[in-house]
Amino acid sequence: MDLKSIVHVCLAGLSTGMFIWLVASGLTLIFGVLGVLNFAHGSFYMLGAYCCFTVLSRLGNNFWLGLLFGPLAVCVVGYVIERFFLRYVYRLELPYQLLLTFAFVLLFDDLVKIIWGAGSLGSPSVSGLAGSVPILGRNFPTYSLFIIAVGPLVALGLWALIEKTWYGRIIRAASSDREMASAIGVNVPVLFTAVFIFGTWLGAMGGGLAVPYVGLLTPGMGEAIIIDAFVVAVIGGLGSLKGAFLGALIIGLLSSFGTRFIPAFDMFLTFILMAAVLLWRPQGFFGEAT
Amino acid sequence: MQRAWNIAITCLALTVLILIGLFAGRFTVYLTSRVMILSIFAMGYNLLFGRTGLLSFGHAAFYAAGAYGLGLFSLHVSPHPLIGILVGVACACLLAAVIGFFCVRQTEIYFAMLTLAFGMMVFSLIWNMRSVTGGDDGLVGIMRAPISLGFFSIPIIKPKYYYFLVLFFLAMSVFLIYRIRRSPFGLVLAGIRENDRRVEFAGISLKNYRLGAFIISGTFAGLAGALGTLLESNSSPFSAHWSHSAEPVLVSLIGGIQTFTGPLVGSAVFIVLREIIERFTHNWMLWFGLILLVIIMGFRGGIVGALSGFKK
Repeated sequence: MDLKSIVHVCLAGLSTGMFIWLVASGLTLIFGVLGVLNFAHGSFYMLGAYCCFTVLSRLGNNFWLGLLFGPLAVCVVGYVIERFFLRYVYRLELPYQLLLTFAFVLLFDDLVKIIWGAGSLGSPSVSGLAGSVPILGRNFPTYSLFIIAVGPLVALGLWALIEKTWYGRIIRAASSDREMASAIGVNVPVLFTAVFIFGTWLGAMGGGLAVPYVGLLTPGMGEAIIIDAFVVAVIGGLGSLKGAFLGALIIGLLSSFGTRFIPAFDMFLTFILMAAVLLWRPQGFFGEAT
Repeated sequence: MQRAWNIAITCLALTVLILIGLFAGRFTVYLTSRVMILSIFAMGYNLLFGRTGLLSFGHAAFYAAGAYGLGLFSLHVSPHPLIGILVGVACACLLAAVIGFFCVRQTEIYFAMLTLAFGMMVFSLIWNMRSVTGGDDGLVGIMRAPISLGFFSIPIIKPKYYYFLVLFFLAMSVFLIYRIRRSPFGLVLAGIRENDRRVEFAGISLKNYRLGAFIISGTFAGLAGALGTLLESNSSPFSAHWSHSAEPVLVSLIGGIQTFTGPLVGSAVFIVLREIIERFTHNWMLWFGLILLVIIMGFRGGIVGALSGFKK
């Protein structure tokens, strides 16, 4: 194992981590503000990928158009879920909220099979980002480098939105005290809907960006990533975006090094880490103790 | 009045089950066996979920512990089914004690996530330890050897005989869980669900009671796993996957989580409905998702809850 391989394993881990971050960011935002752990978030990722695929194949294989319009279509789905279903279960116990979002997972898995077929769809490469670039004498896919750049940009954008803008202040207010925010004139139901749609959009963007990366779209792709996103959100502290970003980096690197050195136990390691964090520091790395 | 009513219902259900075992066709017998096994799984699970108010996503691991415990024992040591079931149940109980020891330290969403993490650890072990567990193939060729009882032996290889074995275990489980729910221990569990702080003020150790409920429900999951493996004569690694843990939750929810008979009714509805829907369409999950939506949005008491509301 020389330096070259270590760098390449790191890069692979970073790109995996950034995908999980894109999904986990929306999940974390929704949990932080609405207090709902959204199982259906993996479905948004899947729907984002499929919608992006359909749009781009209709519009002359232009990936960027697909990425622009595909996730917007998924936002409509997010709106319907929040406005007509989730809104009525906020006051109920936790299991009902979880199971409601789980019902949508079942629904969307089959809907995707009905609309797009149960088989895998092959996806096109992106002009300009296809191929690979040599790094330390070995080739690394250009698109993965692009993803490694996009992840921190999204993180920066979210940070600026939450910490520096007026909207961000309202979001923070509502997430720390729902009733108080309502009392000082924030329209909490509308805010919740908006945050949910925004979170949906983040998940769907993750899916859209995954289209050239994963190569094949399969109906089960949402369920595969939602557990990773849960792990990341938990490790970072449920509701903490900073934590989710760091958690995604850790899980990405852990899984790529795990696959390289102890392939039989890389999944096991991930869940050990998750359990350890939950036991020792349930609020995660950056969550505030309650 | 209520008591007489309960006894009448129990006798009626038992009679119907025995009649099915005696006279029904092969397919009905098989299907009813599956309903009964799922009932054991769901009833045990609901002791933790409906009674104590803890949502676990890791009970598939205990189901799998029962399944693989029995499978490995009957393939490598002895094919005797009763000892095999006992070994499977013991494995599940032990695993539940170890995992539960850690999980009961948290509640609510953190408890759910912890059980998910531990359950997936077990899944990844089963998936990757190919030489022991058969990896993604699972264990195959587990025989239902006859139960020898000295003078005569019961050939449970025949579906009908096996059906009565499952019925026996179901009756035993129903009785045990009924007694557990009615015991002081069970009442404390309900108290924990309603208001854990008050229970703690009464000088009761929350952790110990939660751990007790966790182990009991894990043990019943193991029993269901062992019986399910004998029924299908193989065990699949996906029986340990978290999505399998969702099954008893959904079943309890359909039947009614706050009721004793809810999981039983839910299991029957779940399996029969699935058979019917799958005859017409491949998209069983779509329909099931819709049913689940309707239940959560409008009928949170489940079937039994709605019926008893109607009776009043």
